[in-house]
Amino acid sequence: MTALLSVEGLGITFGGLKAVNDVSFTVRPGEIVSVIGPNGAGKTTLFNMISGVYQPGRGRVVLNGEDVTGMAPHLLARRGMSRTFQNLQIFQSMTVLENAISGYHLKERGPVLADLFNLPSSRRRAAAAQAGARELLARVGLDRAAEREAGNLSYGALKRLEIARALALSPKILLLDEPAAGCNAVETEEIDHLIAEVAKSGVAILLVEHDMKMVMRISNHIVVLDHGEKIAEGDPASVSRNPAVIAAYLGTDAETEAAHADG
Amino acid sequence: MKLSAKSSTLLVLVVLILLSPVLFPSGYYYRVGALIFVNAIAVTGIVILTGYAGQISLGHAGFAGIGAYACALAPVHLGLHPSLALVLGAAISAVLAWLVGRPILRLKGYYLGVATLGFGILISMILNNERQLTGGPDGMEVPDLGLRGLLRDAGLDLTNGQFWYFFCGIVLIAAAWLALNLFNSPTGRALRALHGSEVAARTVGVDVARLKLQAFVISAVYASVSGSLLALQNKFITPDVAGFMHSIEMVTMAVLGGVGSVLGAIFGAAVLTLLPQVLTVFAEYEQLVLGLVMMLVMIFLPQGLLPSILRKVRGKDE
Repeated sequence: MTALLSVEGLGITFGGLKAVNDVSFTVRPGEIVSVIGPNGAGKTTLFNMISGVYQPGRGRVVLNGEDVTGMAPHLLARRGMSRTFQNLQIFQSMTVLENAISGYHLKERGPVLADLFNLPSSRRRAAAAQAGARELLARVGLDRAAEREAGNLSYGALKRLEIARALALSPKILLLDEPAAGCNAVETEEIDHLIAEVAKSGVAILLVEHDMKMVMRISNHIVVLDHGEKIAEGDPASVSRNPAVIAAYLGTDAETEAAHADG
Repeated sequence: MKLSAKSSTLLVLVVLILLSPVLFPSGYYYRVGALIFVNAIAVTGIVILTGYAGQISLGHAGFAGIGAYACALAPVHLGLHPSLALVLGAAISAVLAWLVGRPILRLKGYYLGVATLGFGILISMILNNERQLTGGPDGMEVPDLGLRGLLRDAGLDLTNGQFWYFFCGIVLIAAAWLALNLFNSPTGRALRALHGSEVAARTVGVDVARLKLQAFVISAVYASVSGSLLALQNKFITPDVAGFMHSIEMVTMAVLGGVGSVLGAIFGAAVLTLLPQVLTVFAEYEQLVLGLVMMLVMIFLPQGLLPSILRKVRGKDE
């Protein structure tokens, strides 16, 4: 199968520092590709370039055969790219349901005058979006919380809500920036299942994640960054054996984890 | 059956507008009421811009000025009926808001405030200085709307105060209805989304620049209609309508009452319109008391008067 997303030699410089340098990889439909690396390796920066938040200094992003390098996020959304954020970006003062509905923006939007005068066309659009949003909330287990203000939800629930909102766009590719960060084991597993299920439906998934167990368990392909450069890539087994990766990331991380476990 | 937030807000508004006259000790209060409604229309526009979309304007009186002077000038120079002059003013305001808003709305936070402030001052200066056209600071007369005469011929004889009270009341109800429709519509949700998180709104496909511009244009039309009604009601207009203090007043009314809710903002408009009437007893200290009230509200009830009061009434769970 051909690549849905291909990142070609992507790079960006912040004040003389090469935050990300010459990173290339591809993601195919239904595939889960994870980007890992130590803190400050440039993972989120890479994400922000792919999703149009930052303008890349070098390289190209190709989505579905179209060069979308540096394209504004709302235009990428129309082309089937959707994402979540490391530090949650939930619409706090809106209800859970409204948050999910806002994911349907591209499907429910229409002439502003129709919305002002509450014309039947406007009501139809809104009702369709609401029905879809309720189904999605049920899928992520938040249907009971639909009418609550989003700001009152637990962290894990908000993570799922953000994924639900991203899924509302019916994306071709979903970018997840540390979906399990700050979640407990049960919540991590729930998110885990959700991601696998979404991938199975044919959506390409690009993941940044710190939870190594999760990455190893669900990824088809792993890209390892260190100091902004790609130092390795491959399937989970080969990456976890790669000496460069162990030196840069897994080794130190495994040691500290072991130390914590002993302590 | 439980009433929706929209229906209950409109119901409260209609009842208040219809029943308040029972309490009026004299005909003068119809005039105060009409003034409240005129202010409330502009403030409802601020709710859309600031409460929904989270954008701040300190220059909306500029649009009120355009609406007001359209009603003064268009009938004389273009031979338009005053009601059409109101529509023309709203159209000019909309076009101008669109032109001015495109570059301005790229700015954030206080930069946006300062840029809109500049716009308001510009309009105010033009109205003050184009003496041949506008009469300068002395102001100019505004022709009669003529509707009261038509009603009298049709057998409905209202005093001038009564006519403007009910006329502005009806326009306010329409203005509130539109704003409430918008709140729960796809556009309103997108506006509130970009208020909550611009970056997240972008990723769900919201064209943030376009949506902000729409909110700005809509609120400019509200301010323009408010200015037109003020001019037509007073049959006289001065550049003060476009002045900086008027812009600040609009924002203060909205924030004082509760910028997130239409009813709250209307309540704020009522309080700040009535307060100076009550405070005439204090005469010289009026501004002082006004400032103090606003400070206290912002410190102790930062969400605005009405939302805070409602929360108290309903209990903390709400």
